[in-house]
Amino acid sequence: MLQDRYSLAFKLYPYARRADQDATEVVRHPVVVIGGGPIGLATALDLGRQGKPVVVLDDHEGVGQGSRAICFAKRTLEIAQRYGCGQPMVDKGVVWNLGKVFFDDRKIYDFNLLPEDGHRNPAFINLQQPYFEKFIHDQIVAEVAQGAPIDIRGKNRVEAITSQDDHVVLDILTPEGPYQIEADWVVACDGASSPTRAMLGLDFEGRVFEDSFLIADIKMKNNEFPTERWFWFEPYFKAGASTLLHKQPDDVWRVDFQIGWDVDRKEELKEENIRKRLDALLGNDAEYEMVWSSIYTFQCRRMKEFRHGRVIFAGDAAHQVSPFGARGANSGMQDVDNLGWKLGLVLDGNAPEALIDSYHEERAFGADENILNSTRSTDFITPKSKTSHMFRNAVLELAEHVEFPRSIVNSGRLSLPCTYDGLSLNGADKLEGGPNRTRVGSPCPDAPVADGFLLDKLGGGFTLLTIDADAPNELDVDGVAVSRLALNGTDKHLAERYLGAAKSAVYLIRPDQHVAARWSTYDQTALEAALKTACAKG
Amino acid sequence: MSDLNLKPNLAAPDAFYEELIATHEGLQDDESAALNARLILILANHIGDSDVLSAAMKLAKDPASVSS
Ligand SMILES: Cc1cc2nc3c(=O)[nH]c(=O)nc-3n(C[C@H](O)[C@H](O)[C@H](O)COP(=O)(O)OP(=O)(O)OC[C@H]3O[C@@H](n4cnc5c(N)ncnc54)[C@H](O)[C@@H]3O)c2cc1C
Repeated sequence: MLQDRYSLAFKLYPYARRADQDATEVVRHPVVVIGGGPIGLATALDLGRQGKPVVVLDDHEGVGQGSRAICFAKRTLEIAQRYGCGQPMVDKGVVWNLGKVFFDDRKIYDFNLLPEDGHRNPAFINLQQPYFEKFIHDQIVAEVAQGAPIDIRGKNRVEAITSQDDHVVLDILTPEGPYQIEADWVVACDGASSPTRAMLGLDFEGRVFEDSFLIADIKMKNNEFPTERWFWFEPYFKAGASTLLHKQPDDVWRVDFQIGWDVDRKEELKEENIRKRLDALLGNDAEYEMVWSSIYTFQCRRMKEFRHGRVIFAGDAAHQVSPFGARGANSGMQDVDNLGWKLGLVLDGNAPEALIDSYHEERAFGADENILNSTRSTDFITPKSKTSHMFRNAVLELAEHVEFPRSIVNSGRLSLPCTYDGLSLNGADKLEGGPNRTRVGSPCPDAPVADGFLLDKLGGGFTLLTIDADAPNELDVDGVAVSRLALNGTDKHLAERYLGAAKSAVYLIRPDQHVAARWSTYDQTALEAALKTACAKG
Repeated sequence: MSDLNLKPNLAAPDAFYEELIATHEGLQDDESAALNARLILILANHIGDSDVLSAAMKLAKDPASVSS
């Protein structure tokens, strides 16, 4: 039986019969993506834009109702921008910079994120996850119209998976019965409870946090709250051990109550009981409509290996973090960014399969960093021992009066992309006086350039960024193309971010906009060596 | 990086000790514990150096780990 597990916010890819279902011989596809959540859709978009045929299988027909993720970080917007769907997100999203922190019955301080200037995208936007997914899907539709070979199959549930040496066999159930397909590569993006992971009997270990959170998305009718993030520790109104209020588009506010571990979910989710908490927070005269509510508990864990033969795991299927710090979808998008070009090169036969292993190396490194950060936030928000609680409150009490403890207060940290320090695709870091933030392994920071922004000019393929340095305009090294982007260091942002104390610079930049190698001047042999290393041909 | 100073460094040790105890006078155990927590945070921030702080935490946890 093919029954929906959730209702839809947007029906985007209704079930339709495909030729594969009537084929006499099982059809083989280069890439099959399991799961059409944000990560599966983005994977399909990346590959489709490269002209790589990709089939997406999802057991629903569109985007699920209910916004889980609401905070999308700059790096995610940059990746989306590269895929052509970033602008609608920024246009629809709510940008915020101001936050207030409360303890008990008083505001202890406020802060301004003071985003660095010279970037196309804001540090963060708030946007309901269904919109985020829909904008990715809109772009898929646009790319398909231009000929991108992306095929999304709704109500196609993967029921069994058989892994062979050089391909994978998938058993799929549809409303019209079962069929099989084969894939050279499978990307499993089927979420935190990944059936693919379970069917392959793979591990998913980590730490469970013994607390539950009640989320209520509400639409305000008569009350105006500013576009700020308000976080209460131990609020006097007793609606939860901590409470978060955050604005989303369409006049919707996200309220997040920490309600303890032993709760009666059914009871807590009754509208009257949610309203009791909300009224305690908002006051009795506030009028609002309930848009969505849910209770969640969470774990921080990841798979030991993100690649198992021809099956690659991405997004929540590979790693799960607490929502504090918004590292779920944000880190999943970095998985896609990392995997897309690697899979593209391997499919073309221009890089060895070892390049796919580097996906695990780099993204597991990223997952560990995210798990570390979100575990730290969680331990601050929900202290687990009497002593830890006492220190937490000591920080808050001091923070009301002096500045230094404010940097310790941790109600979730900005999700930042990780720098792949010391990993195997990294080439030479030979730019004397070069800034630390653009060291080899870093994601390129944006900067204004003559007619727009730097990151808009990177990506797709390898780029040779030269600043006040000579180099050939086009190169081809064993089938891998490199094109040059020639700039000069007159803009202060660019100079600060890419030159530092150096007079000139040459950066080899990967298709996912991470720095592969850098030097002060161009040298053909050095470039070829770095490119080989970056493609795991070393 | 600097090392944790384990040599006597207080100009007036008796006075310091007296003041420390006096600070806790009249407090319940919980209040004293909270005061200590605030004091540790204030001192840690003043010191700043993470190597020094790590060494101090290790020493506090296991005084026998260092002998001088
Ligand atoms: C309360 C909460 C708040 C959050 N806030 C944030 C935030 O602010 N920022 C952030 O970045 N992240 C946040 N997250 C995390 C974010 O929601 C997830 O990281 C994100 O949805 C993961 O996307 P995904 O595509 O990997 O998985 P999912 O979104 O879970 O998608 C999996 C897809 O696979 C499909 N599927 C499952 N089984 C099968 C099968 N057998 N066959 C075919 N298809 C299948 C499902 O139907 C679904 O469409 C939050 C999460 C929660 C719970």
